[in-house]
Amino acid sequence: MEIKMSKEIKLMKGNEALAEAAIRAGLQAYFGYPITPQSEILEYFEEQAPKRNFVVVQAESEVASINMVFGAAGAGARAMTSSSSPGISLMQEGISYIAAGELPCLIVNVNRGGPGLGTIQPGQGDYFQSTKGGGHGDYRLIVLAPSSVQEMADFVFEGFRLAEKYRNPVMILTDGALGQMMEKVELPPDGSLPYTRPEWATTGKPKTRERNIVTTLFIEPEVMEQVNIKLQKKYTEICKNEVKYETINCEDAEVIVCAYGLSSRISQKAMDLAREQGIKAGIFRPITLYPYPYDALNKLADTADNFLVVEMNAGQMVEDVKLGVNGKKQVHFTGRMGGMIPDPEVICQEIVKLAGTKKV
Amino acid sequence: MDESVLQQLECVYEKPGTLTDKYQHYCPGCGHGVVHKVLMEVIDEMGIQDCTIGIAPVGCSVFAYNYMNVDMQEAAHGRASAVATGVKRVLPDKYVYSYQGDGDLAAIGTGETIHTVNRGENILMIFINNGIYGMTGGQMAPTSLAGQITSTTPYGRDVKKIGYPLKISNLVATLPGAYYVTRQAVHTPNAVRKLKKAIRNSFEYQKLDRGTCFIEVVSNCPSGWKITPVETIKYLEEKMFPEYTLGDLKIPQNN
Repeated sequence: MEIKMSKEIKLMKGNEALAEAAIRAGLQAYFGYPITPQSEILEYFEEQAPKRNFVVVQAESEVASINMVFGAAGAGARAMTSSSSPGISLMQEGISYIAAGELPCLIVNVNRGGPGLGTIQPGQGDYFQSTKGGGHGDYRLIVLAPSSVQEMADFVFEGFRLAEKYRNPVMILTDGALGQMMEKVELPPDGSLPYTRPEWATTGKPKTRERNIVTTLFIEPEVMEQVNIKLQKKYTEICKNEVKYETINCEDAEVIVCAYGLSSRISQKAMDLAREQGIKAGIFRPITLYPYPYDALNKLADTADNFLVVEMNAGQMVEDVKLGVNGKKQVHFTGRMGGMIPDPEVICQEIVKLAGTKKV
Repeated sequence: MDESVLQQLECVYEKPGTLTDKYQHYCPGCGHGVVHKVLMEVIDEMGIQDCTIGIAPVGCSVFAYNYMNVDMQEAAHGRASAVATGVKRVLPDKYVYSYQGDGDLAAIGTGETIHTVNRGENILMIFINNGIYGMTGGQMAPTSLAGQITSTTPYGRDVKKIGYPLKISNLVATLPGAYYVTRQAVHTPNAVRKLKKAIRNSFEYQKLDRGTCFIEVVSNCPSGWKITPVETIKYLEEKMFPEYTLGDLKIPQNN
């Protein structure tokens, strides 16, 4: 029997799948700095760059990396960087400037346990700094949360597409486990994301146009306010168009487990265990952490009795789940911190405890 | 004045098209305006306006992009050379320059400065050294002179406590990535001519892709130094130049 392989399927580490996907998405420039557990991304790009014609620079710091991304994106290139939690903290100044300058780019955060130098084990403690701003001023990133190696690759394409559509930085918020683990991944061919150099880019001023300026300085408050209004309008548009989430078994669920990324994978196992015991559990998985799927959650609160939020932090996304549920039902939390990973058995016990209880 | 009289006059000098008509906000006697002018004259004379990208800093020259009629990006404080790196790497055939003051380049941006030159980024870095933070109101800079009175060293800079004037151009000149490092000034017509020559050479060198060109301009700051513009010339000659000696620190080697 002849097997036709029309698609390319590989066994890859999450970090490497993401890097390979970026090259196939037409990456033009990558700037990065080594930090565990994401160094494979920089290493992969360094190895591939001479063969596949893109720019890669190992910078002297994350501060320099993000500002190199600013320069390259301002010059109209499809640019990205990656780091892990402490490095992302260092980038926050530059991310604020990139958001203010409306420069499209991709930032990957392979989240590790914190705070401080923390641990190199996986964590989700960067939810707040990723979704609520992170740097100074009123701005938002579009935040995508993969939960498999396949999505680590897929979201690179989606990330560049959204970044360029909205002229906004996009973050892929993943974690050390998804970055390090190997799964099979299906990759699209090279050049499958079209690119045109934007007209606003600083490429040298011909006689035929005024000079292009990339700036984030608007010294008159009246002008600065208008810039803010424009940004907020864009964010409203993003919230209207780009919300993505996944639901599993939510139709009849009495307990809905809300989790993203690695936590959602573990929660699925917990859901299966609960279903084996005859408890109607479901999963609600936000794929975009900004814009957040508040409306979808609110609708589910009409049918489910309880919400259980599972995170690898002290409870950060739980605040957004509460905003979505908006008091209709009880919202509970369970999680592990500091690089520890929740146990599906423990999550299942929490589901069991909640089953049969209703908000009075 | 009657317009027809103007039309009869022979034009013997005009500002280059690479400078905009916008009024510059610089204080009387400040060196920035002169550096802007000669920089833009060089770009005009070389006919490279359509393939030059400038990076503006944070500090007194934060609005440089309002005056320089080329494509420009405005960087965060200290990060101009990192931004310039990003631009140059994706547009290697264009001319790229960064423009920074001493607080920007030699304090908060020291790391970026050293590593940009150490990588030998094929750009021109212009460094305006007036020994003080001008924009924020005359605070001590790493380049402030020993004993210099500033708003944050009201009893004079005590080098034992807060360090010595930082000669970052000398430091940069020791790096293999540096192709051409020079220290110039704008206090006399002759100094301005020399600076212009240095800028012209730097853009010519950029065609060769041999490394970073780095021009320090020891510049006047009447407002920060709290003396008249005329007095700044004496101050430069008597105080600044003995510390910051003018001339080439590294000249291109033909190899």
